[in-house]
Amino acid sequence: MTDMPDTTTTGNPSHDAPGDVVDDAAGYYREGDPIADTKSPDDQPVERRWSERKFSARMANPAKRRTLSVIVVGTGLAGASAAATLGEAGYQVKTFCYQDSPRRAHSIAAQGGINAAKNYKGDGDSVYRLFYDTVKGGDYRSRESNSYRLAEVSVNIIDQAVAQGVPFAREYGGLLDNRSFGGVQVSRTFYARGQTGQQLLIGAYQALERQVAAGTVETFTRHEMLELVVVDDGSGPRTRGIITRDLVTGAIDTHIADAVVLATGGYGNVYYLSTNAMGSNVTASWRAHRKGAFFGNPCYTQIHPTCIPVSGTHQSKLTLMSESLRNDGRIWVPKDPADVTRDPRDIAEEDRDYYLERIYPSFGNLVPRDIASRQAKNMCDEGRGVGPEVEGVRRGVYLDFADAIARLGRPAIEAKYGNLFDMYTRITAEDPYQTPMRVYPAIHYTMGGLWVDYDLQSNLPGLFVAGEANFSDQGANRLGASALMQGLADGYFVLPNTIRDYLADGPFDTVPDDHPAVVEARASVQERIDHFLTVNGTRSVDSYHRELGNIMWEYCGMERSAEGLRKAIDLIRSLRDDFWRNVKVLGDSESLNQSLEKAGRVADFFELGELMCIDALHRRESCGGHFRAESQTEDGEALRHDDTFAFVSAWEFGGESGARELGTPVLHKEDLVYTAIEMKQRSYK
Amino acid sequence: MTLTLKIWRQADAAAEGRLHTYQLDEVSPDMSFLEMLDVLNEQLNAAGEEPVAFDSDCREGICGMCSLMINGEAHGPEVTTTCQLHMRSFADGDTITIEPWRAAPFPVLKDLVVDRSAFDRIIQSGGYISVNTGAAPDAHAIPVPKQNADRAFDMATCIGCGACVAACPNGSASLFVGAKVTHLGELPQGQAERDHRVVNMVAQHDHEGFGGCTNIGECAAACPKEIPLDVISQLNRDLRAAMRHGH
Amino acid sequence: MTSVATTDLVRGGRSTRTTIALKLTMAVSGLVFVLWVLAHMYGNLKAFAGHDAFDEYAGHLRTMGQPIFPHAGALWIIRAILVVAIVAHVTSAVILWRRAEGARTTRYQVKKNKHSSLSSRTMRWGGLALLLFIAWHLINFSAPRVNVTGGSTADPYDLVVDSFSTWWLTLVYLVAMLALGMHIRHGFWSACQTLGWTSTTRARHRAKSAGIFLAVLIAGGFSLVPIFVLAGVITK
Repeated sequence: MTDMPDTTTTGNPSHDAPGDVVDDAAGYYREGDPIADTKSPDDQPVERRWSERKFSARMANPAKRRTLSVIVVGTGLAGASAAATLGEAGYQVKTFCYQDSPRRAHSIAAQGGINAAKNYKGDGDSVYRLFYDTVKGGDYRSRESNSYRLAEVSVNIIDQAVAQGVPFAREYGGLLDNRSFGGVQVSRTFYARGQTGQQLLIGAYQALERQVAAGTVETFTRHEMLELVVVDDGSGPRTRGIITRDLVTGAIDTHIADAVVLATGGYGNVYYLSTNAMGSNVTASWRAHRKGAFFGNPCYTQIHPTCIPVSGTHQSKLTLMSESLRNDGRIWVPKDPADVTRDPRDIAEEDRDYYLERIYPSFGNLVPRDIASRQAKNMCDEGRGVGPEVEGVRRGVYLDFADAIARLGRPAIEAKYGNLFDMYTRITAEDPYQTPMRVYPAIHYTMGGLWVDYDLQSNLPGLFVAGEANFSDQGANRLGASALMQGLADGYFVLPNTIRDYLADGPFDTVPDDHPAVVEARASVQERIDHFLTVNGTRSVDSYHRELGNIMWEYCGMERSAEGLRKAIDLIRSLRDDFWRNVKVLGDSESLNQSLEKAGRVADFFELGELMCIDALHRRESCGGHFRAESQTEDGEALRHDDTFAFVSAWEFGGESGARELGTPVLHKEDLVYTAIEMKQRSYK
Repeated sequence: MTLTLKIWRQADAAAEGRLHTYQLDEVSPDMSFLEMLDVLNEQLNAAGEEPVAFDSDCREGICGMCSLMINGEAHGPEVTTTCQLHMRSFADGDTITIEPWRAAPFPVLKDLVVDRSAFDRIIQSGGYISVNTGAAPDAHAIPVPKQNADRAFDMATCIGCGACVAACPNGSASLFVGAKVTHLGELPQGQAERDHRVVNMVAQHDHEGFGGCTNIGECAAACPKEIPLDVISQLNRDLRAAMRHGH
Repeated sequence: MTSVATTDLVRGGRSTRTTIALKLTMAVSGLVFVLWVLAHMYGNLKAFAGHDAFDEYAGHLRTMGQPIFPHAGALWIIRAILVVAIVAHVTSAVILWRRAEGARTTRYQVKKNKHSSLSSRTMRWGGLALLLFIAWHLINFSAPRVNVTGGSTADPYDLVVDSFSTWWLTLVYLVAMLALGMHIRHGFWSACQTLGWTSTTRARHRAKSAGIFLAVLIAGGFSLVPIFVLAGVITK
């Protein structure tokens, strides 16, 4: 692996020189054997690999498919589309979701759009260009074969969605409209006003419900997966099922199948406040991880710079405002910390610090998400943040439209951003036409997830992971409008084609209820539930969750340092210890008990949070949205180390010793090999 | 702000329920309605009383999970979802009555949580276009006039929250069914199954035990996504067409 | 599935067995009544033309259609249509009413209906009131005919004047006409909606306006004769 030098990195970096290997995480982990993806036909050129794999993957004939069963956990874009497609193919499918309907999965909240290399605008787009943009956007930390395939099937997604009746925006000629999104040079984003995620999910949901009516899919709503069943009868481990809790009746059930697909989304809620839904959680992935599935790049999270700031300690979630606002709004804070409580309209022009325009004169307010986010945090940490003071800090910066309104007129601004301004007004009761908006970064997406090979299969045979829950396609950062693309690519087109290779060996032996693996899994679920209900402590689950979130945001958020991460690990460990001894969960386990549900999820967030910090500590480089204080250029910009860190960190669970003590996690490295694209350092000055 | 809350508490589907009264102090006008309930739940938990169960998920007005009858209005006094309602819509000293959606096809599971799976079954009965994955022609193969695409979109914004049923004096889900029938019927892709779709969806709607529509209009007024009454006319029209075609 | 949700999927649904089919029945039968009351109201105004004109009109109702139909044949056909319409209208209403009752078995402790008209929410009780009124109305003027002043019932014009000279009977009629107006106000637009003619905002507003217009026209037109009799303008 060679580091491709770039003009911005020729100066002497202030801290690490390329090639320096400092193991900050020494003592926190053990290094295991390297791991490799064995499914991608890497001897083929990148553009041939998916065709080749589809051809080489074995098949089951239609009669046999009816005897094969698949469990799909999660019914967002990836889960619903996978379940529908597998049902159409004739497999027996069961889906599970914690919501009261598959239609409510959090994919529904995606606003912007979905990329596809259709080149309907004739502006020079191509599969290769989308592939290139995705790899570059991911800061060269994604797997090349996966990213290429994502771009390749993107075109099929649009065809499928349109055929299902997804009402994408259209032009007067009746053809589909596209817009440019996320700073790319072509218009390839398809959209349905600001509700693209909703429309795509409803399309997938309807396809799923059609299969329910056809009898191929059975849906289990208000059910949460609490354990994975991995059976090893001498021929190696096989994932054979899940243990679920019926959230209404409290019934613990075993569901056995020939394969299990996790499509359970991201883990942004480890930060407590994020743009995720209240119920979004890592439990399914984490239970699989504890059963042996590797967790890839847990520290890769995406932070969105323009969310509505926290208004008080009661805040339960953060609401995203479209990034497009930065096209016309100017971001500033007062120069003098004494001015932060003044009416912004009374602060003179010369007393304002338009810090992005000052630091990044060529990109100004349009710098990438991670830079805009990090600088906003820096300003607030300097005491120049604005808005309400929450826990001693004002977390907000102004996004000012006064100039744009003066230049373009209010009607033009209304036409472009009216719905966003209305949303802002509804939440904050402030009028952005009169006074500057306040925005602050928030956790939005997680690129890390369970490690999978080219077939989307984890290292546990029979466990497949799709969508945001896996780590594979986005690298260290995600391009705008490509989350929806990945979820649907995995569910409609990739997984149904790769899972058949595994299922060709099935159906596997039945797993009786008294099988030791089932008994153990059920006992572990029951033990946790019983524990939570009998601790009789003093603190609510939410209060622990909020405190954990604060630690994660402070030390494992946008800017990370070895010192901070070590501190965070200590804080998490002691808080986790207190949680197990002092949490207060009322009610019983035989009925709907939302505190009990949350307790299980927060328990898993604690363990994940610690692993995220260890991963971040180990990755002593700034890449994607992650700025490591120890890895920056002379002028304070992110510095990546392709010579030392061009690999996927696949973490193996380190086991658990007595008193819920976590063992040392084991790091398996998967080298990232680029054959079609050469690595470059980013520059936005 | 100080509030008096009268909240429906019911242990489970089989139990009798009743309104309980709680006092809540130090409510900030910037809180969302659900954050206010979060604060109440923290208070109850600390006092050893089981927190109030209520549904919510995205808390940004799109998932349709939240579902509260607030002072006799579905999602409260503003045209939005409960999660986007803020306490500044209320006054210091107010008494707020909070009940679950009431409809026989939406049985109460606990406190303020109801079972809305009837909506899923209505979709199963025909709320889709039958196209298997991979069987789609190129997306530009069939142009769709912009006005049809826009109307389809407007009706497709339904979030399936059930406010229409909750608000309707007849407990009818006609607005929900009409929105889906109009969305899919407006597109060329939806024509082949149009007659079957409307008949099966209405038959399922009736089977679930929803009431018939008397065009009162409370549903459209309660809809957080402002789906208009037009869709019920369209639903009736489509059913009449299916009748004419012998379905 | 949760333990509570137990309903299954309907197979082989028929359009004719849906609630919308019942609503269509109500819409069509209701429109028949609207046409009928329009004609009836027009006929009543003959009272302003005096005794002879009114009785000639009443007699003509029986000879209309002759000689193609036998004496009173056309009238009987109209009566048959009206009977069928009322049976269909009331039967459908009762079925839908019972469904609606069953759809909300637990009432709200607090429920606001801020966005609907009083007319729309009183269709059922208002309809029941109209049914009772129609029964009395037929007893009063068709068969067996009742003169509350104790006078003759042989002459239609005289019976009308006698009846409405009685203040409380006029009041009953005026209240009934208010109920009729409200029923038409919502019923007409609702029928348009049920027939699928109001799928746009404009069409809906037009249908609602037409409903109000018809309600005022019909209820107002019917009210003129009783008021003018009571006021002593129309006399024997």
